[in-house]
Parts: sequence; C-alpha cells; structure tokens
Amino acid sequence: MTSSMIGSKVERTEDKKFITGKGRYTADITLHGQTHAFFIRSPHARAKIKKVDISKAEKAPGVVTILTGQDIVNDKIGGLIAGWKIVSKDGTDMKLPAHPPLAHEQVNYVGDHVAVVIAETYEQAKNAGELVNVDYKVLKAVVDTAGAMNSEAIYEGIDKNLCFDWELGDKAKTDEAFAKADRVVQININNNRLVPNAMEPRASIGDYNSSTNDLTLYTTSQNPHLTRLVISAFNGVHPEHKFRVVAPDVGGGFGSKIYPYAEDVVIAWAAKKIERPVKWVCERTDSFLSDCHGRDHITHAELAVQNDGKVIGLRVDTIANLGGYGSLFATVTPTYLYAPLILGLYDIPVAYCNVKAVFTNTAPVDAYRGAGRPEATYLIERIMDQAAREMGIDRAEFRKKNFIRKFPHQQCLVHNIDSGDYDAHFDKALKLADYNGFAKRRAKSEAKGKLRGIGISTYIEACGIAPSSVVMSIGAGVGLWESAEVRFNATGNISVFTGSHSHGQGHATTFAQIVADKLGVPMDNIDLVHGDTDKGPFGMGTYGSRSLAVGGSAISKACDKIIEKGKKVAAHMLESTPEEVDFKEGEFIVRNSNKKKTIGEIAFACYLPGTYGEIKSPLPEGVEPGLKETAFYDPINFSFPAGSHICEVEVDKETGETKVVTYSCVDDFGNLINPMIVEGQVHGGLAQGIGQALYENTHYDESGQLLTASYMDYTMPRADNFPEFRIEYTCTPATSNPLGVKGCGEAGAIASPPCVMNAVIDAIGTDVSMPATAEKVWKAINNKTKSKKEAA
Amino acid sequence: MKAFTYHSASSVKEATKLASGSSAYLSGGMTMLPSMKMRLASYKDIINVKDIKNLQGIKVSGKTVKIGAATKHADVATSKDVQKAIPSLSSLAGRIGDAQVRNRGTIGGSIANNDPTACYPSACLALNAIIHTSGRTIEAEKFFKGMFETALKKGELITAIEFEIPEKSHYFKYPNPASRYAMVGVYVAKNKSGVQVAITGAQSSVYREKNLEKVLNTNFSPSALDGIEIDASQLNSDIHASAEYRASLILSSTKKAVEAAK
Repeated sequence: MTSSMIGSKVERTEDKKFITGKGRYTADITLHGQTHAFFIRSPHARAKIKKVDISKAEKAPGVVTILTGQDIVNDKIGGLIAGWKIVSKDGTDMKLPAHPPLAHEQVNYVGDHVAVVIAETYEQAKNAGELVNVDYKVLKAVVDTAGAMNSEAIYEGIDKNLCFDWELGDKAKTDEAFAKADRVVQININNNRLVPNAMEPRASIGDYNSSTNDLTLYTTSQNPHLTRLVISAFNGVHPEHKFRVVAPDVGGGFGSKIYPYAEDVVIAWAAKKIERPVKWVCERTDSFLSDCHGRDHITHAELAVQNDGKVIGLRVDTIANLGGYGSLFATVTPTYLYAPLILGLYDIPVAYCNVKAVFTNTAPVDAYRGAGRPEATYLIERIMDQAAREMGIDRAEFRKKNFIRKFPHQQCLVHNIDSGDYDAHFDKALKLADYNGFAKRRAKSEAKGKLRGIGISTYIEACGIAPSSVVMSIGAGVGLWESAEVRFNATGNISVFTGSHSHGQGHATTFAQIVADKLGVPMDNIDLVHGDTDKGPFGMGTYGSRSLAVGGSAISKACDKIIEKGKKVAAHMLESTPEEVDFKEGEFIVRNSNKKKTIGEIAFACYLPGTYGEIKSPLPEGVEPGLKETAFYDPINFSFPAGSHICEVEVDKETGETKVVTYSCVDDFGNLINPMIVEGQVHGGLAQGIGQALYENTHYDESGQLLTASYMDYTMPRADNFPEFRIEYTCTPATSNPLGVKGCGEAGAIASPPCVMNAVIDAIGTDVSMPATAEKVWKAINNKTKSKKEAA
Repeated sequence: MKAFTYHSASSVKEATKLASGSSAYLSGGMTMLPSMKMRLASYKDIINVKDIKNLQGIKVSGKTVKIGAATKHADVATSKDVQKAIPSLSSLAGRIGDAQVRNRGTIGGSIANNDPTACYPSACLALNAIIHTSGRTIEAEKFFKGMFETALKKGELITAIEFEIPEKSHYFKYPNPASRYAMVGVYVAKNKSGVQVAITGAQSSVYREKNLEKVLNTNFSPSALDGIEIDASQLNSDIHASAEYRASLILSSTKKAVEAAK
C-alpha cells in the first residue's frame, strides 16, 4: 500500500464536506453578541475628503459605532504596507503613498475605504451607511496605464505617478546584440487587467476578550500567519502573542487573499474598540471594486534574431499599473517575478528589461495566479511567433532552434535552471495535438465557413517561492521558507501541521499522501491542520505554487526526523543499535532478523516512557518522551516547471466569435504526488488563462468608474467555453527539494493566454489585443479585408 | 434589501386589491430580488402572485398558444404542446438564464419587466401576442413602451400571454458573453399576415425591423438578405458591442433565424 501512495490518484478527502455544504467558511461563523459592519466606499476615483458627517447616521436604529479615518489617526493605526522594496535604476528607493485602512484626506479609487458603520444587523449598518454624508472635492482621475506618467501627479512627492523605474539585465551588451542582429522583430502588447473572482468573497470577523486581552480574527486568508504579523507589527492593532488569526475553509484565492486588506485591519481594530465581535462579509460588487486586481501591463518588446533563426537578444519596455496604492506583493510582481522569466525556454545570451510601475486611480493591482510569469510568457511567446512568421520559419521549428538543452543552465538574467527536457514535452505536445495534421483540419473548418488557427506556447515558471537568502537580498521583507510539524498521538494516528494554506488545492489529501508514504501509516489515520495561528508553527502560506515544493518538503523533513527518533527507540526496545534498524513501510526492523516494531508501537512507547513493574522504559537514556517533530524548510533554489501547450481555435467570420476547439498540453511538473489533483489544477489554470485571452477584462471609464463591476458585465468563462482538455506530462524531477516536485498551480494560467492568442492571430492573419472578444476579432477581420481592398 | 411586508394572493382579485403605489407583484423574482438586494428598488409591500391558480398553465387552441403569466420558463421549454405548436417559443424559453432561473422565472414577470435585453418580448412582437391583464387585453405592439416600460397601469396584473401560431418561426439569440442576455436576439416569424422580425437587445426596447420584413415577405430565404445594410444610428453602443457590431449581428442572426425557421 505505502509505496504506491505517491503518484496515485487518491480521491480528495476534503471534498465530502464541500459538496455536501458542510464546509465552514468565515461567513458561516456566528459569534455571541456579534455586530455587523458595512464599509462606506468612495464613489469617486480621486477626491479630497473635506468632511465626513456621521451625525445623522449615528442616530439611526441599531448603530453601535461609526469609525472614520480620523479615528484611525487618533488610535495611531498604521497603514497597509508593500512588503518588497524595489530600487530604481538611478539607485533611489521606490516611492509609495500612505495607505491608511480608512482614508483620511484623500480617496484614490472607486471602492476605497472611507468609514465603517457597525450595527446590530447588517441591514441596519447598511441603512445607516446611506446617512453618512461625505463631502468630497472631486479631482480629475488618472486611469490609463500608458498615460499615467504624463498625467497630473496623484500624490505629492511622487513625480509622474512613478513608483519605480527599474531595470534588469545588461543594457549595453543587449544593445550590442541588436546592433549586429540580422533582423529585429517588434511587438506591442497589452496584458489585460483581471478581477480574481474567488468563488467565496472576502470576509472577516473580529473577536476580542477584554478580560484576557485575546484578539481573534477569522478571515479569508491564504496565509494567516503573515496577516497576523502585518496587523501586529505594521498596523499596530494588537501584539502578536495575544492575537490569533484563523483562516477556516477558504473558497479560492488566486492570489487575491494573500494580503491583509483594509477591512481585516479595521475589523480587528473595531472589535477590540467596541469589545464585541464584528462581522463583515463582502458583497460581490465590493469584491470587484476592492479585491486586488491582476496583470495590467503594456509592453514594447524587441527580439534580435540571426538569419539562421538563432535568437541573440531580447529588449523589453513595460509599464505596469499598480493601481491606487502599493499592495503587499505589488512591487515584486512586475519586477522579480516577471523580468527574469521573459527568456522563456530559450537560450538567449543577453537581455534587458525596463519596468516602470505607475500609480493610477484604480483598484490596487497585485499577484494573481501566475503573478508576473503569465505576463513574461505572453511576451516571449507572442514575439517568438511574430519572429517565425516574419522570417517564414515554422513556429515549432523556430522554437526548437532556440531551446535550452544543457542543465543546470544559468540564464543571462537571474535564474539557474536545475533541470528540464524541453524537447521531450514539446515533441510530445506536437504529437498529442497532431500538429502535422493541422492543414486538413483547417480545410475542413474553411469548408464550414470558419477560420481555423493553431497556436503554440511554451513556458517556464519559477515556483517553490523561495530561497530566503535570495529573495531577501533583492528586497523581500520576509524569508520564504515553510514550516511543518508531524505529531504522533499516543494511539498511533498523526496530526500534521503545515504553514501552507489550502483554499482549493487539496492539501489535506496530497500532504497526507506524503506522510502516508514516508511513515507507512494509512491515510485515514492522518489529519492535516492548517489555517490557525494558535495551532501550527509560523508559516508563510500558499501562493506562487510553493505549497508542495516548500511546505511539502518541510513535512517530508519532519517525517525524516520522526524516523530518526523512531530508530533510536526501536533499537532500544529491540536490544539493537539505531544503525542496525531499518525503517520500511511503517515498521522498524532489526537488519537480518525478524525483530520489529510498528511505528504505532513506537509512538505508543514514546508517550509511556516510565517503568511499570517488570516493564522497562522503552526510551533510551537521553531521549525525550513524545513523538513530535518540527521542520522548517528553506529551498536551495526555485523550482522550474515547464511545458508546451498547443491549441486550435475556430473563428466565425460573420460574428468574430472565437471558439477554442482543441487544447493539448504536456507539462513537466517534476514528480507528481496526486495526478488527479494536478489535473484539476491544470484545468482551473487553463480556464483562467483562456478567460484572460478571450473573455475577461476589467474596464474603467475615463472618470475611473468600474464598468465591469458585476457578472452582468465582467465575462467569466464558463464550462461551455472550453473543449475537453488533453493533458499529459513529462518528468524531470526537481533537484531543489527532496520530493523532486516543481509546482503546478499556476501553469495553466501562464501558458494558455499566448497559446490561444497565437492561434487567434494565426486564424485571422492579423494582430488583436487581449481579450480577443468577438467584436474585436470581427473588427480586426474587417479592417484587414478593408486594407487589402484598398491596397488592391 | 430593505424591509417590506410580504403578502401572498390566492386570486387575481385579491392581488389587485392589495396593490398600492408602493407595492410590487412578485412572481419568479429573478430580476426584482437582485434589484432589491442591490437597493436599486425597494417596496413597502410585496405581493406574491405565483400561487394564483388562474395564472398557471398552457392552453393550445387551433390558432393560439395561451400561457398563464406565472408559468415558469422551464415549463414552457419542456411543454410538448408548445414544442409542437411553436417550437421556437419553447426553445427560446429553454435558453433563458440558467437552470435555476428557468425554474423560478416566469413569462409574466419577464414581459412586465420589459428588460431591453430579455428574450420573451421579441416573441410577443413577432407572434402578434395579446397580453391579458387583470382588467383588459393589450396587443403586443402597444404593450412595450420603452426601456423597462410597458403599457401596464399601477396595480394592473398580467394574467396570460396569448401567441399566434405562425407558419414558421425561429429565435436566434447572440448572447452577451458576460450576462448571457441577448446582445442581439432576432425572432423571425412567418405569420398568415406576413413576416415579422422582432429584435431585442439592440435598442432601448424591443422593436420590429420593418426593412428586413419587407425583403423577407418577397423572398423568405437567407440569401435575400445578402448586401442589406442595417441602420446602426439607433442601436445601442456599450462596452460589449458597438452599434456597428450590433447591426452586423442583427443581419447575421436574422439570416440564421430564417435558415432555421420551421
């Protein structure tokens, strides 16, 4: 049984509660004496707050209190932070505006937090909210990513609305490569802004006990420990040791629930202030307005190519929109998570990337599934396609000419890629997609009056975030290790504590598989505990496809320590030496004998170490009782999943509607623990990536009003937008962690946007920007026909 | 949602008696309840009408299909009688919203709301429907007045919608990709009196495209529409579709509807 646990498609143990409605999300929690909060949000994208008049609202039925930005100032509650320092190319630090949890002087996007009404019921809070009178002086909003640097400065002291002007790579050498290139290929691309749209909207409940001074915050978080740290250390709400943060069942995050938000700080602070529990549950439209958005880049890129098809340089200029404030990971996403990945799978000797990050009067932008890597992959895969087209080389052949083939490979920018076999997954994908048979299928579609295109993308991502010494040297405010505790109970079953957080990833299953495999204990006897700062050791949470590579490795290490101790105890009990004891499939066996003890017996013995009559203590001298081990794992390198995706689209000439008709992918995620869960992750990622390519767009009008603030206007992809996905794998195990795993959570969202867009462009024969909505494609086809006619 | 008093009427008479200047009838509630939750609408009294017996049921006679106002979309979609008499109408009902909406939302509610992107109003116009209310009957041509506006008076309750059975018909919906309401919906019917083409989703309210009707009256085939220009000047333009794009969709959708008409 045990040796087959890793790599087997074990059904998700957590699913029963979710599909029978027995999950326990933050909104499901109701505390005695609970009050309800409603946030007053700015209706303006940019305005000065002249006055907040709460006199009428305070007298409304059921109101307990109303707190404003002035109260934040009075109570010296700190602002929200950006946790990663970026240094501009001129050596100056990035510039950040103050980000108070409740705005005091100025609001900077529609949805910005101005005040909170706390009442006995939610309806009463909302009714009273309508009576809060905020006097705004409305200012002209800065909305456009491209135009932000040429607009009026939103913040005093932040010229050109520029947070930083950062660079990576050797500019002089790159310019040299371009000077001697046979051909320079150029593209201008956008990376559309996305709303994360987790199924469960954000929610928080604060609960304070004045007699013990204990503060608890239940919240929808991907990393409760970090939330506790930030709210303690930076917002100054409550000391860390008396502050418990619980992230119970969380319904999806995609990055948007990494960061402590203004609401979390305010709810924790308010509960302490009124000494009653305060509950806040986000409505969907507020979620559109105030969850951190993703992407929003515009990029000009140039590729230097030789006539033989060898790429010799890459030059990139990107403007990244940060929105109204600098969110927690906002500054690292378009820099270190982006620029090092622009090289793709290709052996490009020199590259240079300049990123200017700008503030605008829009919702803050931060990490969203893939965070930087989708933007990088979109860039390199679009320009590789463009180059092949311009040079008249087959797009597959052009890619193969430039693959990295020797590992480890030190890229010219940052990463040292430990392992990979790019030809393996690329060739497998070509076969899976029947690349050579495309012409026939295109002819068939044409016979139906449809335009058919095929698109290829390959990708590499840097996951398993991340070696602490590396990330802290480039500005990270924290190390990115992970913790685990494996705790045997006396009866032989196990509680596993992880600092990772599962909000859909299936950790309870995958992590239990690892422990079952390592310790030879049935999965039913293993319970995974996460999401409560009072239970497990400090952890760094879940994002950046890090949970298995870093968190799983910590669990694996803790299991090793358990085995090591178990050997000492078994040796003592079996009158042997630890060196003579082997551990296999849950049993400690004295080599070349039939003397053995199960791990359950050892656990029991560890908890009953005394002597009793004839029975001697099972513990050798100097060994502590109990069987519980903690491990912190700090990876030695990032892990580098890679893969090749190929899709085909059909475009209706009359309506411009694009349908993805086939999608094939071959990913190298290293070793797979649970291939079924991996497949689910790939599906979800593809849905989001295809959504970005064809459907999803966040549309602000010129005044900064969000026009796509509900599902009536924001196009979420649905099941009928997708074909059956063909999913296969190759495997080169990661060398940077003991499990040999690389991470799979974001790959689908990284690879699919360029794959789909390359197919659309192949179908219609002209450029179009994301999302390639039916109307845009229709227009592109018409413009092309028009310009052809004019030319003729 | 703001507080209100809930009533449930068991007859049309009782319902209209309960109605006042600050009341609303609740049928499926598929538009009204979200509007109330978003505080775009609030009422003192909510009068549930979906349990009134007279508002239920589907009756097919030789010439018409009469559908009780509180009949759910799912019931119209799956009615064998409707499928036989006006297949385009049952298929229209089967594509409104999602399964949950079709099992709550009703035809009367949809007509009374007159959402410019709703499907049913186009069926009413194309199929010369008669709207039966608590006090009178109204021809569809005179019923739809403008965006969310109808000829209904305060407190007047729709009891049934009676559609003329056409020779041939089809409804083609080009859905808005986000909401899946009609971005353009074209209902083509070949009636005894002539061809009628009703368009929803493209203007502030449902309307008939008489130019297309003229052409199709002479030649009821998709090719008859080749090269026809649709005037875009009166069409909606929004983040989902410009007026020009909608004009193009009207033409392509009409062709598809004519092609599929049976």
